[in-house]
Amino acid sequence: MTQILITVTINGREETKHVEPRLLLSDFIRHDLGLTGTHVGCEHGVCGACTILFNGEAVRSCLMLAVQANGQTLETVESLGTPDNMHPLQQAFHEAHALQCGYCTPGFLMTLKPWLKENPNPNDHEIREALSGNLCRCTGYQHIVDAVKKTTDLRQQTTD
Amino acid sequence: MKPAPFEYRAPDTLQEALTLLAENGFDAKLLAGGQSLIPVMNFRLAQPGVIIDLNRVSGLDQIDVLSDGQVSIGAMVRQATLEKSDLIRTRLPLLHQTIPFIAHPQIRNRGTIGGSLAHADPAAELPVISVALQAQFKLQNQSGERLVGAESFYKALFETELGEDEILTEVIFPATPTRTGYAFHELARRHGDYAQAGAAAVITLDEAGRCQNARLIYLNVGDIPMSASQAADMLTGNQLNDSLIEAAARHAADHEIEPGGDVHASAAYKRHLAFVLGKRAIYQARTAAQQLS
Repeated sequence: MTQILITVTINGREETKHVEPRLLLSDFIRHDLGLTGTHVGCEHGVCGACTILFNGEAVRSCLMLAVQANGQTLETVESLGTPDNMHPLQQAFHEAHALQCGYCTPGFLMTLKPWLKENPNPNDHEIREALSGNLCRCTGYQHIVDAVKKTTDLRQQTTD
Repeated sequence: MKPAPFEYRAPDTLQEALTLLAENGFDAKLLAGGQSLIPVMNFRLAQPGVIIDLNRVSGLDQIDVLSDGQVSIGAMVRQATLEKSDLIRTRLPLLHQTIPFIAHPQIRNRGTIGGSLAHADPAAELPVISVALQAQFKLQNQSGERLVGAESFYKALFETELGEDEILTEVIFPATPTRTGYAFHELARRHGDYAQAGAAAVITLDEAGRCQNARLIYLNVGDIPMSASQAADMLTGNQLNDSLIEAAARHAADHEIEPGGDVHASAAYKRHLAFVLGKRAIYQARTAAQQLS
Protein backbone atom coordinates (compact mmCIF):
# COMPACT_ATOMS: atom_id res chain seq x y z
CA MET A 1 0.00 0.00 0.00
CA THR A 2 1.25 3.48 -0.85
CA GLN A 3 2.60 5.33 2.12
CA ILE A 4 2.35 9.09 2.49
CA LEU A 5 4.99 11.23 4.23
CA ILE A 6 3.43 13.51 6.84
CA THR A 7 4.82 16.04 9.30
CA VAL A 8 2.88 17.04 12.39
CA THR A 9 3.67 19.29 15.34
CA ILE A 10 2.66 17.36 18.43
CA ASN A 11 3.05 18.75 21.94
CA GLY A 12 5.45 21.34 20.51
CA ARG A 13 7.68 18.78 18.78
CA GLU A 14 7.86 18.12 15.05
CA GLU A 15 7.46 14.54 13.87
CA THR A 16 7.79 13.19 10.32
CA LYS A 17 6.57 9.69 9.44
CA HIS A 18 5.38 7.57 6.55
CA VAL A 19 1.79 6.45 7.05
CA GLU A 20 -0.81 4.41 5.21
CA PRO A 21 -3.85 6.57 4.28
CA ARG A 22 -6.15 4.32 6.30
CA LEU A 23 -4.21 4.80 9.54
CA LEU A 24 -6.45 6.50 12.10
CA LEU A 25 -5.02 9.53 13.85
CA SER A 26 -5.56 7.81 17.22
CA ASP A 27 -3.45 4.81 16.15
CA PHE A 28 -0.78 7.08 14.65
CA ILE A 29 -0.45 8.92 17.96
CA ARG A 30 -0.30 5.72 20.02
CA HIS A 31 1.60 3.29 17.80
CA ASP A 32 3.78 5.42 15.54
CA LEU A 33 4.57 8.21 18.01
CA GLY A 34 4.38 6.10 21.18
CA LEU A 35 2.16 8.60 22.98
CA THR A 36 -0.09 6.10 24.70
CA GLY A 37 -1.80 8.63 26.97
CA THR A 38 -4.47 9.04 24.29
CA HIS A 39 -6.81 6.12 24.87
CA VAL A 40 -8.96 4.29 22.37
CA GLY A 41 -12.37 3.13 23.56
CA CYS A 42 -15.10 2.66 21.00
CA GLU A 43 -13.34 3.69 17.76
CA HIS A 44 -16.55 5.09 16.31
CA GLY A 45 -16.89 8.47 17.96
CA VAL A 46 -19.15 7.67 20.89
CA CYS A 47 -16.98 7.46 24.01
CA GLY A 48 -14.64 10.46 23.77
CA ALA A 49 -11.61 8.67 25.30
CA CYS A 50 -9.45 9.53 22.26
CA THR A 51 -10.14 13.29 22.39
CA ILE A 52 -7.10 15.41 21.47
CA LEU A 53 -6.62 18.99 20.35
CA PHE A 54 -6.37 19.51 16.60
CA ASN A 55 -5.22 23.08 15.91
CA GLY A 56 -6.42 23.92 19.42
CA GLU A 57 -9.89 22.38 19.10
CA ALA A 58 -11.10 19.23 20.84
CA VAL A 59 -11.72 16.46 18.32
CA ARG A 60 -12.07 12.70 18.35
CA SER A 61 -8.81 11.29 17.02
CA CYS A 62 -10.50 7.98 16.07
CA LEU A 63 -12.66 9.87 13.55
CA MET A 64 -9.74 11.40 11.67
CA LEU A 65 -7.05 9.98 9.44
CA ALA A 66 -3.42 10.53 10.28
CA VAL A 67 -2.86 11.97 6.77
CA GLN A 68 -5.35 14.72 7.58
CA ALA A 69 -3.00 15.95 10.32
CA ASN A 70 -0.22 16.70 7.83
CA GLY A 71 1.10 20.19 8.57
CA GLN A 72 -1.24 20.62 11.55
CA THR A 73 -0.71 21.12 15.27
CA LEU A 74 -1.78 18.45 17.76
CA GLU A 75 -1.84 18.35 21.54
CA THR A 76 -2.35 15.23 23.66
CA VAL A 77 -2.67 14.62 27.39
CA GLU A 78 1.14 14.33 27.59
CA SER A 79 1.29 18.09 26.95
CA LEU A 80 -0.49 18.92 30.21
CA GLY A 81 1.72 18.10 33.19
CA THR A 82 3.97 15.54 34.87
CA PRO A 83 3.36 13.50 38.03
CA ASP A 84 5.51 16.00 39.96
CA ASN A 85 4.08 19.07 38.31
CA MET A 86 0.49 18.46 37.37
CA HIS A 87 -1.64 20.79 35.26
CA PRO A 88 -4.31 22.54 37.41
CA LEU A 89 -6.96 20.37 35.76
CA GLN A 90 -5.04 17.19 36.60
CA GLN A 91 -4.50 18.43 40.15
CA ALA A 92 -8.23 19.13 40.52
CA PHE A 93 -9.16 15.70 39.14
CA HIS A 94 -6.74 14.14 41.63
CA GLU A 95 -8.10 16.09 44.59
CA ALA A 96 -11.79 15.63 43.74
CA HIS A 97 -11.43 11.88 43.05
CA ALA A 98 -12.67 12.52 39.52
CA LEU A 99 -11.31 9.22 38.26
CA GLN A 100 -11.25 5.61 39.31
CA CYS A 101 -9.84 3.40 36.56
CA GLY A 102 -8.62 6.48 34.67
CA TYR A 103 -9.21 5.14 31.19
CA CYS A 104 -11.50 7.98 30.13
CA THR A 105 -9.58 10.73 31.93
CA PRO A 106 -7.26 11.89 29.10
CA GLY A 107 -10.35 12.49 26.94
CA PHE A 108 -12.03 14.50 29.68
CA LEU A 109 -8.91 16.60 30.27
CA MET A 110 -8.38 17.40 26.60
CA THR A 111 -12.08 18.26 26.15
CA LEU A 112 -11.94 20.61 29.12
CA LYS A 113 -8.69 22.42 28.36
CA PRO A 114 -9.91 24.60 25.45
CA TRP A 115 -13.47 24.75 26.79
CA LEU A 116 -12.47 26.31 30.11
CA LYS A 117 -10.54 28.96 28.22
CA GLU A 118 -13.73 29.99 26.42
CA ASN A 119 -15.97 29.41 29.44
CA PRO A 120 -14.01 30.47 32.53
CA ASN A 121 -16.99 30.51 34.95
CA PRO A 122 -19.35 27.69 33.98
CA ASN A 123 -22.31 26.48 36.04
CA ASP A 124 -23.11 22.80 36.65
CA HIS A 125 -25.42 22.55 33.67
CA GLU A 126 -22.85 24.03 31.30
CA ILE A 127 -20.16 21.71 32.63
CA ARG A 128 -22.35 18.65 32.08
CA GLU A 129 -23.25 19.87 28.60
CA ALA A 130 -19.57 20.35 27.72
CA LEU A 131 -18.75 16.85 28.96
CA SER A 132 -21.73 15.15 27.31
CA GLY A 133 -19.48 13.66 24.65
CA ASN A 134 -17.24 11.85 27.14
CA LEU A 135 -18.29 8.60 28.79
CA CYS A 136 -17.08 7.53 32.23
CA ARG A 137 -18.26 4.18 33.58
CA CYS A 138 -16.76 4.54 37.06
CA THR A 139 -17.45 7.87 38.68
CA GLY A 140 -21.07 8.69 37.92
CA TYR A 141 -19.74 12.08 36.77
CA GLN A 142 -20.44 14.05 39.97
CA HIS A 143 -16.80 14.09 41.05
CA ILE A 144 -15.77 15.13 37.54
CA VAL A 145 -18.14 18.11 37.72
CA ASP A 146 -16.70 18.86 41.18
CA ALA A 147 -13.17 18.78 39.75
CA VAL A 148 -14.06 21.26 37.02
CA LYS A 149 -15.55 23.61 39.62
CA LYS A 150 -12.43 23.20 41.76
CA THR A 151 -10.32 24.24 38.76
CA THR A 152 -12.37 27.36 38.14
CA ASP A 153 -12.37 28.24 41.88
CA LEU A 154 -8.59 27.83 42.03
CA ARG A 155 -8.18 30.01 39.00
CA GLN A 156 -10.37 32.73 40.48
CA GLN A 157 -8.35 32.70 43.70
CA THR A 158 -5.09 33.09 41.82
CA THR A 159 -6.39 35.95 39.66
CA ASP A 160 -8.06 37.73 42.59
CA MET B 1 -11.55 -1.72 13.82
CA LYS B 2 -9.60 -0.23 10.95
CA PRO B 3 -10.78 1.04 7.60
CA ALA B 4 -10.06 -1.11 4.54
CA PRO B 5 -7.22 0.21 2.33
CA PHE B 6 -8.01 3.13 0.03
CA GLU B 7 -6.24 5.72 -2.06
CA TYR B 8 -6.15 9.20 -0.47
CA ARG B 9 -6.38 12.42 -2.45
CA ALA B 10 -6.44 15.90 -0.95
CA PRO B 11 -7.10 18.46 -3.71
CA ASP B 12 -6.56 22.20 -3.12
CA THR B 13 -9.25 23.44 -5.49
CA LEU B 14 -12.85 22.58 -6.24
CA GLN B 15 -11.97 22.03 -9.92
CA GLU B 16 -9.41 19.39 -8.93
CA ALA B 17 -11.90 17.73 -6.59
CA LEU B 18 -14.55 17.63 -9.33
CA THR B 19 -12.05 16.11 -11.78
CA LEU B 20 -11.05 13.42 -9.27
CA LEU B 21 -14.72 12.67 -8.61
CA ALA B 22 -15.50 12.41 -12.32
CA GLU B 23 -12.53 10.07 -12.84
CA ASN B 24 -13.36 7.76 -9.96
CA GLY B 25 -17.15 7.88 -9.91
CA PHE B 26 -18.88 5.45 -7.62
CA ASP B 27 -15.61 4.14 -6.19
CA ALA B 28 -14.82 7.55 -4.68
CA LYS B 29 -16.19 9.02 -1.48
CA LEU B 30 -15.96 12.69 -0.46
CA LEU B 31 -14.54 13.29 3.01
CA ALA B 32 -15.92 16.43 4.69
CA GLY B 33 -16.02 16.37 8.51
CA GLY B 34 -15.82 12.59 8.51
CA GLN B 35 -17.96 12.24 11.63
CA SER B 36 -20.33 9.82 9.87
CA LEU B 37 -18.08 8.50 7.10
CA ILE B 38 -15.10 7.46 9.24
CA PRO B 39 -17.21 5.41 11.71
CA VAL B 40 -18.82 3.44 8.88
CA MET B 41 -15.35 2.93 7.36
CA ASN B 42 -14.05 1.79 10.75
CA PHE B 43 -16.85 -0.76 10.82
CA ARG B 44 -16.09 -1.56 7.15
CA LEU B 45 -19.72 -0.90 6.27
CA ALA B 46 -18.20 1.43 3.66
CA GLN B 47 -15.07 0.47 1.75
CA PRO B 48 -14.47 3.23 -0.80
CA GLY B 49 -11.52 2.77 -3.15
CA VAL B 50 -10.65 6.47 -3.18
CA ILE B 51 -11.13 9.12 -0.52
CA ILE B 52 -11.28 12.69 -1.82
CA ASP B 53 -10.62 14.91 1.20
CA LEU B 54 -12.34 18.30 0.84
CA ASN B 55 -10.69 19.81 3.91
CA ARG B 56 -7.93 21.53 1.92
CA VAL B 57 -10.22 22.85 -0.82
CA SER B 58 -10.35 26.62 -0.51
CA GLY B 59 -13.52 28.69 -0.73
CA LEU B 60 -16.02 26.25 0.75
CA ASP B 61 -16.06 27.65 4.28
CA GLN B 62 -17.65 31.07 3.83
CA ILE B 63 -20.82 32.43 5.43
CA ASP B 64 -22.24 35.34 3.41
CA VAL B 65 -25.35 37.48 3.41
CA LEU B 66 -26.51 37.96 -0.17
CA SER B 67 -28.02 41.24 -1.37
CA ASP B 68 -31.61 40.06 -0.97
CA GLY B 69 -31.07 38.90 2.62
CA GLN B 70 -30.49 35.26 1.76
CA VAL B 71 -27.74 33.57 3.74
CA SER B 72 -25.22 31.47 1.85
CA ILE B 73 -23.27 28.86 3.82
CA GLY B 74 -20.33 27.01 2.28
CA ALA B 75 -20.58 23.23 2.48
CA MET B 76 -17.42 22.91 4.61
CA VAL B 77 -18.56 25.33 7.34
CA ARG B 78 -18.25 23.42 10.62
CA GLN B 79 -21.28 22.94 12.84
CA ALA B 80 -19.35 24.56 15.72
CA THR B 81 -18.80 27.65 13.55
CA LEU B 82 -22.55 27.94 12.97
CA GLU B 83 -23.12 27.51 16.70
CA LYS B 84 -20.78 30.41 17.53
CA SER B 85 -21.86 32.70 14.68
CA ASP B 86 -23.81 35.86 15.61
CA LEU B 87 -24.87 36.17 11.99
CA ILE B 88 -26.50 32.72 12.08
CA ARG B 89 -28.04 33.41 15.50
CA THR B 90 -29.77 36.58 14.29
CA ARG B 91 -30.57 35.63 10.69
CA LEU B 92 -31.32 31.90 10.96
CA PRO B 93 -32.57 31.36 14.53
CA LEU B 94 -34.01 27.90 13.83
CA LEU B 95 -30.72 26.63 12.43
CA HIS B 96 -28.83 28.19 15.35
CA GLN B 97 -31.03 26.74 18.07
CA THR B 98 -30.88 23.25 16.56
CA ILE B 99 -27.07 22.92 16.37
CA PRO B 100 -26.62 21.94 20.06
CA PHE B 101 -28.78 18.86 19.40
CA ILE B 102 -26.18 17.54 16.96
CA ALA B 103 -24.03 14.96 18.76
CA HIS B 104 -21.37 16.50 21.03
CA PRO B 105 -19.00 19.50 21.01
CA GLN B 106 -16.03 17.46 19.73
CA ILE B 107 -18.13 16.14 16.83
CA ARG B 108 -19.42 19.62 15.98
CA ASN B 109 -15.83 20.91 15.83
CA ARG B 110 -15.30 18.68 12.78
CA GLY B 111 -18.78 18.00 11.37
CA THR B 112 -19.82 20.19 8.45
CA ILE B 113 -23.20 21.43 7.23
CA GLY B 114 -22.65 20.08 3.71
CA GLY B 115 -21.49 16.68 4.91
CA SER B 116 -24.51 16.24 7.12
CA LEU B 117 -26.96 17.39 4.42
CA ALA B 118 -25.45 15.15 1.73
CA HIS B 119 -25.18 12.12 4.04
CA ALA B 120 -29.00 12.29 4.38
CA ASP B 121 -29.41 10.38 7.62
CA PRO B 122 -33.15 10.50 8.46
CA ALA B 123 -32.22 10.90 12.14
CA ALA B 124 -29.99 13.94 11.50
CA GLU B 125 -31.13 17.44 12.40
CA LEU B 126 -29.70 19.53 9.55
CA PRO B 127 -31.68 17.91 6.70
CA VAL B 128 -34.91 18.53 8.65
CA ILE B 129 -33.97 22.17 9.27
CA SER B 130 -33.01 22.74 5.63
CA VAL B 131 -36.39 21.39 4.48
CA ALA B 132 -38.23 23.43 7.14
CA LEU B 133 -36.48 26.63 6.02
CA GLN B 134 -36.78 25.79 2.29
CA ALA B 135 -33.06 25.99 1.66
CA GLN B 136 -31.56 25.59 -1.81
CA PHE B 137 -28.57 23.31 -2.34
CA LYS B 138 -25.95 24.21 -4.93
CA LEU B 139 -24.70 21.05 -6.68
CA GLN B 140 -21.65 21.37 -8.90
CA ASN B 141 -19.98 19.09 -11.42
CA GLN B 142 -17.38 19.68 -14.13
CA SER B 143 -19.90 21.05 -16.59
CA GLY B 144 -21.67 23.49 -14.29
CA GLU B 145 -23.94 23.93 -11.33
CA ARG B 146 -27.61 23.65 -10.44
CA LEU B 147 -29.81 24.61 -7.52
CA VAL B 148 -32.05 22.00 -5.94
CA GLY B 149 -34.63 22.71 -3.23
CA ALA B 150 -34.08 20.83 0.02
CA GLU B 151 -37.46 19.13 -0.16
CA SER B 152 -36.79 17.57 -3.57
CA PHE B 153 -33.14 16.76 -2.67
CA TYR B 154 -34.12 13.92 -0.32
CA LYS B 155 -35.33 10.91 -2.34
CA ALA B 156 -35.22 7.82 -0.14
CA LEU B 157 -33.22 6.32 2.72
CA PHE B 158 -29.67 7.73 2.30
CA GLU B 159 -30.58 8.57 -1.30
CA THR B 160 -30.46 12.10 -2.64
CA GLU B 161 -30.61 14.07 -5.85
CA LEU B 162 -26.79 14.35 -5.78
CA GLY B 163 -25.29 12.82 -8.93
CA GLU B 164 -22.24 10.56 -8.88
CA ASP B 165 -20.07 13.39 -10.27
CA GLU B 166 -21.56 16.21 -8.20
CA ILE B 167 -20.42 17.98 -5.04
CA LEU B 168 -22.77 19.88 -2.74
CA THR B 169 -20.82 23.14 -2.42
CA GLU B 170 -23.19 25.67 -0.87
CA VAL B 171 -26.48 25.96 0.96
CA ILE B 172 -28.64 29.04 0.49
CA PHE B 173 -31.28 29.89 3.08
CA PRO B 174 -34.05 32.37 2.21
CA ALA B 175 -34.29 35.59 4.21
CA THR B 176 -36.29 35.27 7.41
CA PRO B 177 -39.87 36.50 6.86
CA THR B 178 -41.39 38.92 9.40
CA ARG B 179 -43.75 37.78 12.20
CA THR B 180 -42.29 34.29 12.00
CA GLY B 181 -41.60 31.99 14.92
CA TYR B 182 -39.54 28.80 14.96
CA ALA B 183 -39.18 25.76 17.16
CA PHE B 184 -37.39 22.43 17.15
CA HIS B 185 -37.95 19.59 19.59
CA GLU B 186 -36.54 16.08 19.68
CA LEU B 187 -36.32 13.19 22.10
CA ALA B 188 -33.17 11.09 22.41
CA ARG B 189 -32.36 8.43 25.00
CA ARG B 190 -29.23 10.35 25.94
CA HIS B 191 -28.42 13.90 24.94
CA GLY B 192 -26.37 13.79 21.73
CA ASP B 193 -27.59 10.38 20.62
CA TYR B 194 -29.61 10.13 17.43
CA ALA B 195 -33.15 11.14 18.35
CA GLN B 196 -36.05 8.69 18.29
CA ALA B 197 -38.22 11.41 16.81
CA GLY B 198 -38.22 15.17 16.40
CA ALA B 199 -40.21 18.01 14.90
CA ALA B 200 -39.48 21.45 13.49
CA ALA B 201 -42.18 24.09 13.13
CA VAL B 202 -42.13 27.39 11.26
CA ILE B 203 -45.17 29.63 11.80
CA THR B 204 -45.78 32.99 10.11
CA LEU B 205 -48.69 35.10 11.37
CA ASP B 206 -50.53 37.79 9.44
CA GLU B 207 -51.31 41.24 10.86
CA ALA B 208 -54.54 39.97 12.39
CA GLY B 209 -52.67 37.21 14.21
CA ARG B 210 -53.92 34.42 11.95
CA CYS B 211 -51.56 31.80 10.61
CA GLN B 212 -50.37 33.00 7.22
CA ASN B 213 -47.93 30.19 6.55
CA ALA B 214 -46.94 27.02 8.41
CA ARG B 215 -44.31 24.36 7.88
CA LEU B 216 -44.04 21.22 9.93
CA ILE B 217 -41.16 18.79 9.30
CA TYR B 218 -40.46 15.59 11.24
CA LEU B 219 -37.21 13.83 12.06
CA ASN B 220 -36.59 10.07 12.10
CA VAL B 221 -40.18 9.00 11.49
CA GLY B 222 -39.65 8.04 7.85
CA ASP B 223 -36.84 7.45 5.37
CA ILE B 224 -36.37 11.19 4.71
CA PRO B 225 -37.35 14.42 6.51
CA MET B 226 -41.15 14.07 6.58
CA SER B 227 -43.12 17.15 5.62
CA ALA B 228 -46.64 17.34 7.07
CA SER B 229 -48.19 19.61 4.45
CA GLN B 230 -51.83 18.67 5.19
CA ALA B 231 -51.38 19.52 8.87
CA ALA B 232 -49.76 22.81 7.82
CA ASP B 233 -52.78 23.51 5.57
CA MET B 234 -55.10 22.93 8.53
CA LEU B 235 -53.30 25.74 10.37
CA THR B 236 -53.04 28.21 7.50
CA GLY B 237 -55.64 30.99 7.48
CA ASN B 238 -56.77 30.30 11.03
CA GLN B 239 -56.26 31.56 14.58
CA LEU B 240 -53.97 29.01 16.21
CA ASN B 241 -55.97 27.99 19.25
CA ASP B 242 -55.23 24.93 21.36
CA SER B 243 -57.77 22.62 19.74
CA LEU B 244 -56.63 23.41 16.21
CA ILE B 245 -52.97 22.90 17.09
CA GLU B 246 -53.81 19.58 18.71
CA ALA B 247 -55.89 18.47 15.72
CA ALA B 248 -53.13 19.37 13.24
CA ALA B 249 -50.46 17.62 15.30
CA ARG B 250 -52.74 14.57 15.54
CA HIS B 251 -53.33 14.52 11.79
CA ALA B 252 -49.59 14.75 11.05
CA ALA B 253 -48.75 11.95 13.48
CA ASP B 254 -51.56 9.68 12.23
CA HIS B 255 -51.37 10.27 8.48
CA GLU B 256 -48.24 12.08 7.32
CA ILE B 257 -45.32 10.13 8.74
CA GLU B 258 -44.07 6.59 8.20
CA PRO B 259 -42.19 5.54 11.31
CA GLY B 260 -40.50 2.16 11.39
CA GLY B 261 -40.03 0.56 14.77
CA ASP B 262 -36.58 -0.26 16.10
CA VAL B 263 -35.13 -1.84 19.22
CA HIS B 264 -35.53 1.38 21.22
CA ALA B 265 -38.92 2.60 19.99
CA SER B 266 -41.87 0.87 18.34
CA ALA B 267 -43.64 2.53 15.41
CA ALA B 268 -46.62 3.29 17.66
CA TYR B 269 -44.38 4.94 20.23
CA LYS B 270 -42.73 7.05 17.52
CA ARG B 271 -46.17 8.19 16.36
CA HIS B 272 -46.94 9.19 19.92
CA LEU B 273 -43.66 11.10 20.15
CA ALA B 274 -44.32 12.80 16.82
CA PHE B 275 -47.71 13.96 18.09
CA VAL B 276 -46.34 15.34 21.36
CA LEU B 277 -43.21 16.92 19.88
CA GLY B 278 -45.10 18.32 16.88
CA LYS B 279 -47.73 19.90 19.12
CA ARG B 280 -45.03 21.38 21.34
CA ALA B 281 -43.14 22.76 18.33
CA ILE B 282 -46.25 24.42 16.83
CA TYR B 283 -47.15 26.01 20.19
CA GLN B 284 -43.67 27.35 20.71
CA ALA B 285 -43.33 28.66 17.15
CA ARG B 286 -46.75 30.34 17.41
CA THR B 287 -45.86 31.98 20.71
CA ALA B 288 -42.52 33.17 19.33
CA ALA B 289 -44.30 34.63 16.28
CA GLN B 290 -46.86 36.38 18.50
CA GLN B 291 -44.08 38.00 20.51
CA LEU B 292 -42.60 39.39 17.27
CA SER B 293 -45.96 40.73 16.03
